[in-house]
Amino acid sequence: MATALDPHAAIVTGATGAVPTLTTADGRPLARALVRSSRRARRRAFLLVLPLLLFVIVTFVIPIGQMLHRSMYNDGFSANMPQLSQWFADNPGADPDDAAWAALAADLTTAAGNKTIGVVGTRINYDMPGTRSLFTSTGRKARNGFEPPYRESLIEADAKWGDPVLWRVMRNASDAYTSNFYLAALDRTRDENGNIVRTAEQQQVYVMLFKRTLVLSLIITATTFLLGFPIAHLLATLPMRKSNLLMILVLLPFWTSLLVRTTAWMVLLQQQGVVNDLLVWLGVIGNNQRLQMIYNQAGTIIAMTHILLPFMILPLYSVMRTINPSYVRAARSLGATSWTAFRRVYFPQTLPGLGAGALLVFILAVGYYITPALVGGSSGQLISNMIAMHMTETLNWSMAAALAALLLGGVLVLYWVYDRLVGIDNLKLG
Amino acid sequence: MKKALVLTTAMSVLCTAAGAQDVKSINVESWGGTYSKSEVEAYNKPFAAKTGIKVNMIDSDNPATPLKAQIEAGNVTSDVFDVEVSDAIRLCDEGKLVEIDPAILPPAPDGTPATEDFLPGTLLDCAVPNILWGTVIAYDTTKFPDNPPTTAADFFDLEKYPGKRGLPKSVKRTVYLALVADGVAPDKVFDELRTPEGVDRAFAKLDTIKKDVVWWEAGAQPVQLLADGEVVMTTVYNGRIFDAIVAEKKPFEVIWDGQFMDMNMFVIPRDAPHPEAAMEYVKFATATEQLAEQAKWISYGPSRKSSNPLIGKYNDGVTEMAPHMPTREEHMKTAVMDDPEFWADHDSELSERFATWLAN
Repeated sequence: MATALDPHAAIVTGATGAVPTLTTADGRPLARALVRSSRRARRRAFLLVLPLLLFVIVTFVIPIGQMLHRSMYNDGFSANMPQLSQWFADNPGADPDDAAWAALAADLTTAAGNKTIGVVGTRINYDMPGTRSLFTSTGRKARNGFEPPYRESLIEADAKWGDPVLWRVMRNASDAYTSNFYLAALDRTRDENGNIVRTAEQQQVYVMLFKRTLVLSLIITATTFLLGFPIAHLLATLPMRKSNLLMILVLLPFWTSLLVRTTAWMVLLQQQGVVNDLLVWLGVIGNNQRLQMIYNQAGTIIAMTHILLPFMILPLYSVMRTINPSYVRAARSLGATSWTAFRRVYFPQTLPGLGAGALLVFILAVGYYITPALVGGSSGQLISNMIAMHMTETLNWSMAAALAALLLGGVLVLYWVYDRLVGIDNLKLG
Repeated sequence: MKKALVLTTAMSVLCTAAGAQDVKSINVESWGGTYSKSEVEAYNKPFAAKTGIKVNMIDSDNPATPLKAQIEAGNVTSDVFDVEVSDAIRLCDEGKLVEIDPAILPPAPDGTPATEDFLPGTLLDCAVPNILWGTVIAYDTTKFPDNPPTTAADFFDLEKYPGKRGLPKSVKRTVYLALVADGVAPDKVFDELRTPEGVDRAFAKLDTIKKDVVWWEAGAQPVQLLADGEVVMTTVYNGRIFDAIVAEKKPFEVIWDGQFMDMNMFVIPRDAPHPEAAMEYVKFATATEQLAEQAKWISYGPSRKSSNPLIGKYNDGVTEMAPHMPTREEHMKTAVMDDPEFWADHDSELSERFATWLAN
């Protein structure tokens, strides 16, 4: 038997003798040594990907986390009205008493002094439109503070302070964490008893826009497929020289600025545009029957189909190139019609490319913003335009975050469904 | 544009590093087009000549948008912003702007203090006005040679004046017109809008032309839409249409009835990179001579009384500016004055309703 001192010995029998334990030359169990050395290798590999990981965390995970947090967190009221917020926390469900009025008066005076009263008003205004000026105007009167009794002096400053709805809204906002933005993003609100109800009809827009975004994205995915499939097939089957030329024609628009392509569609499609001029000149339509092809849903579909087409063609092309033409030939020689050969033999082999292209186009279309904004008119607006409006105009970033989170969630659900139906492993990007 | 932004940001960072005393350049954000050009000619060039501080002009469709976004993101990169009154008031209330004491503004040439020289009620806690401007209706004269439209009501009359209309995708610049066209007196527009029925009335009136409207967003678009023949009538900022009519000799005509009067103001964000140079710029730009000089480049009315007598001809040397000024007495008769307080309260609510109305 070799001893542990023998440098060439790798296998020794354990002391008990029953189960042989593998050890290294210096006597450590082999399994542990292996784990250690592979751990070192793994650590080194981890160090290699660390920069990328940090980059992804800093530029992707943290911002999205912040966005999700913002969608349910808004401390505009609670941070600037601390005493009243405390009173709400201490007295759940109670009507405002003298202490509440005193807290309100004190908070208003402080907020006016700190110039944060506008922030408070903006927060309450989200839930109860028309109240922002109540805060700012009372704030102007509050510069010298209020005299007790506070209830009377505040109501004298503005009768709206006595409104029970306002107090309910303030109580609601006194907790920085709220689901109100998600409710609003689903066209829902809370009634006076706290039940979730639909918003007034003239304010219901988001659910409709989510649906429209989904439908238009599906239509655009379908049209890119119908247009892209024959082109990809042509590219894959033509001789190299010709297919390269064709490929440049596919890629050239891909390299052109998005704005340039969108504006080009405006020039082509508008009522006094190139296409209408041509149709009138050919006598297809009269001068007063010019078609409305832009500033509506048709404009959005046409321009976005064109812009997203390469994302369908390229994965399809890369998959089609690898399909061996002898399969179809074999099918034909065994008596299949060309349609059957295509349907049963060729098309199933393109599915991984089709899946990748469809997923790419659909996900890009769902979040598209600039093209619908420019050519969509009023009926071609998507949910992303609403997110942009809340980001830049109304500055209700919590609302924008809630809408974006719902959109993100929707895309993840669709991705999951896709994985179950097609299988993400079957995806081939190139 | 983006490159310029990165470049100027980098430059301003470098300048900050070099010390506040030694400011080489400041960033001013404005509205673009002919208007930015008028500011470059009347304010920026003379300011650079006088102080040696270069002014970088950054354009957007509405400078309040980048201003709000920069404040919200905690990364203010520009020093002076040219914004509308409602935005100036709102941001001032939220404590995001530097307060400007009117006493430090230069007096008129005859010695009248600034507080009396500016039009009454236009000086705010955090903002100094520079110009008054109107959103007016303009039409293509070749489309209506015999019986041209003359009133706001004609804008909504599709039978008498068939053709597409251009309107901005903004609730603020559409509802007033609907109410004036529906017969509301210009000075009662905001009283009407404060009632729910009044808002319904405005949207009902907008409904009557909705299918014939081409919506625009940037100030340069309506002029382009008119020139392309995409619309026969549109609302437009009066300086832009003046430029198209006088400088580019387009066959357009202005309807002053129901013009929407607004004011542009200079504000300095609290976290501006160069607050002192920014203050110098605001003082310089809103002096009597500079405001009068600006009117040579664009037909917007100066906010100082003492500037008016100094207004002469357009820079072509022929066109008298006075008849094109939105502040001319006969143009003011049926003008709707903006009500910033109303928008501070109802902007979000009505913007959402407008977006809903638009999308349905």
